[in-house]
Amino acid sequence: MIEGLNPAWLLICGALLTPLLPRGIVRNGFMLALPVLGLIQLWGLPHGQYAQFELFNMTLITLRVDSLSFIFAVAFLIAAALAVVYAWHLDDDLQQVAGLFYPGAALGVVLAGDLMTLFIFWELAAISSVFLIWARRTERAYRAGLRYLLIQVGSGVLLLAGVIVHFRASGSITFEHLDLGSPGAPLIFLAFGIKAAFPLLHNWLQDAYPEATVTGTVVLSAFTTKMAIYALARGFAGVEILITIGVVMAMFPIFFAVIENDLRRVLAYSMNNQLGFMVVGIGIGTPLALDGAAAHAFADILFKALLFMSMGAVLLRTGTVKGSELGGLYKSMPLTAGLCMVGAASISAFPLFSAFATKSLILDAAAREGHWVAFLFLLFASAGVFHHAGIKIPYFAFFAHDSGIRCPEAPRNMLIAMSIAAALCIGIGVFPEALYAILPYSVDFDPYTMTHVITQLQLLAWSALAFSVLVRSGIYPPELRSVNLDFDWTYRKLLPAVAVRVWDGLDRAWTCLTDTVERQVKAVIQFLSLHHGLHGQLAVTWPTGSMVLWAVLLLGACLVFYYV
Amino acid sequence: MTFPTSPADQPEPKRWLDDSRNVDKIFYGLALVCTGLFLADLLYHKHTYFAFENWFGFFAWYGFLCCVALVLLAKQMRKWVKRDEDYYGD
Repeated sequence: MIEGLNPAWLLICGALLTPLLPRGIVRNGFMLALPVLGLIQLWGLPHGQYAQFELFNMTLITLRVDSLSFIFAVAFLIAAALAVVYAWHLDDDLQQVAGLFYPGAALGVVLAGDLMTLFIFWELAAISSVFLIWARRTERAYRAGLRYLLIQVGSGVLLLAGVIVHFRASGSITFEHLDLGSPGAPLIFLAFGIKAAFPLLHNWLQDAYPEATVTGTVVLSAFTTKMAIYALARGFAGVEILITIGVVMAMFPIFFAVIENDLRRVLAYSMNNQLGFMVVGIGIGTPLALDGAAAHAFADILFKALLFMSMGAVLLRTGTVKGSELGGLYKSMPLTAGLCMVGAASISAFPLFSAFATKSLILDAAAREGHWVAFLFLLFASAGVFHHAGIKIPYFAFFAHDSGIRCPEAPRNMLIAMSIAAALCIGIGVFPEALYAILPYSVDFDPYTMTHVITQLQLLAWSALAFSVLVRSGIYPPELRSVNLDFDWTYRKLLPAVAVRVWDGLDRAWTCLTDTVERQVKAVIQFLSLHHGLHGQLAVTWPTGSMVLWAVLLLGACLVFYYV
Repeated sequence: MTFPTSPADQPEPKRWLDDSRNVDKIFYGLALVCTGLFLADLLYHKHTYFAFENWFGFFAWYGFLCCVALVLLAKQMRKWVKRDEDYYGD
C-alpha cells in the first residue's frame, strides 16, 4: 500500500504502458495485476481524503475514500479484473488500452472528492470508452460510436457548466450533497441523468453498447452508468423526483426488451430497468434505500457482466446474437448456457442469487416509507425483468427451436471469467452479510424471511407460468428481424429530416432573395441604359451645329433680357 | 454466414429436451410448483407493509397478470415501433 496513491492512476498509467509489453502471458499478466494491485491499494487506504492541492483558488481533493466511494471502487476493480480474464485471448492494442484506461477513469470518478476532478475523470471515461465501440471496426460501429461520444461529451459539458455556476455561487467545489434548487445544481443533475440513462436521455445506452466488440460491451456495461448512480447517490440522495424518474426507468424498457431481437440490446434495456431500481432507492434517500442502491449497483455490475459475457461468447462463436437466428445452443455450448442461467437467476432475484439480497433492500425501503404506487410498479418491473432477461435471454439463445447451429464451446478464458462472476453472484446471494458489511450505512437487514422468500418465489414462478402459457398458446411475439423505434429516432431520423427541411427552406429563401435583388439590379441597369446607353437620349452625340444654334439662342435670350 | 452442421451420416444423440413430451413434463411440473406456491399462503403468516399484500396469493396472480399485460402491450407496441432491420441505413 502506498500512502495517497490513487488506484485510478495505477490503471490509467498501466493501460498506457500495456502496448509496450510483449503480447501473450506477460502482457495479460501485467493487465490482470493492475486491478488486483488497485484492489490491494484501495483496501489498505484508511478512509479519508488524500492528494489535495490548490488550483486557481479551488481546493482539489483528487482522492477520497469513504464508505460510499469504497463499495463502488471495489466493484469497479473486480469488474476490471474479470474483463481482463474474459479478454485474455484478445490481440488488439486498442481494446487492451481502452479496456483498462476507461475503468481507471471511472474509478477516478468515484474516488474524486471535488467536482473539478470528477469532471476531468468524467470526460476521460467518456473519451476512452468510445474506443471499445470503434474497435469493432465497422461503419455501423463507427457511427454508433460517434453518436455515443457526442452525448457523453455533452454530459461532460453540462457538468462543467454546472460546476462553474455552482463554484461562483458557493465558492466551493467539494462534491457533497447538492440542493437541486441551488445555482448550477440542475445542470449537474442533468449531466448525471444522461449517464444514468434517465428516460428520454437513455437511448445512447441501447444504441451504442450492443455495437461494441464482444469484450468491449462487457467492459462498458460495468462503469459509466454505475458511476452516474454513485454521483446521484452522493449529490442528490433523497431528491423526491428521482422516485418517479426511477419508476419510469424501471418500467418502460421492459416493453422494448420483450420485442427486441438483438439479445445484447435486450440486456441493455434490462440494464436500464435495473438502473431504475437504484434511482428509486436514491430518491427515497433513507439509509436502507441508499444501501440498497449501492448494493444493487454492486450486484448489477457482476450479473450484468456475466450476462453480457455469455452473449459475447455466443456472438464470438456463432457470429450473431439475434434471437431470430439462434436457438438450441445448449447442445453446443452447455457450460455457457449454464453460466448464463446463473446470471439470469441473479438478475431475476431468485432466492440464493445476488439480486434477491440487494433489490429487496430497495423494495423494503419503498414499502417502509409508504410508497405503495412505486412499490407496485417495482413489483411489475421485477416480474418483467424475470420475463425478458431471466427467461427470454437463455430461452431464445440456448433453447427454443433448434437453429441447427453447431459451434465449439466458449474459449476457456471466457468460461473462467464467467465462472468467477457466477460464483460471486451466488456468493452474494448465499452470504449477503459479506456485501452488507461494506455498505455505506451498514443497516441491519435479513432478506431470508419466510414472507420474502415465498412471495418472491410466487412472483417468479407465476411469471414463468405466464411466459410458458403465452409461448405454448402462440400469443408470445416471435423474434423477428427488425429494429424498434426508440427515442434515438428523434436524433437519427426526425432531427436530420427537420434539418434537411430547414436547410431546403433557407436555400429556397436565399435563391428567392438573390433572384429578387438580381431582377431589381437588372431593372436599374436597363433604366440607365435606356437613357444613358448606346442609343439613350442622354448619351447620343449631338451635331456641333445644333450646339452653336442653342448657344446663339441662349446669347440672344441674354441680350433680350439685358435690354428689357 | 454458414454454420458448420453435424454431418448427416453421424446423427446427433437425441437429447432429453428434443422429445416434446419432456417439454410438456416441465410445463406441468411448473404448473404444479405454481399451485403449491399459491396455496402456501394458507400455511404461514405474512409480514407485510400494505393491506393488498395480504390478499390471497397476491404475489402469484399479480406476477402472472403483469407478465400477460407486459407481453400483450409490447405486442401492440410493435405495430407502432417495428421497422425493417436496415431502417437506419447502417
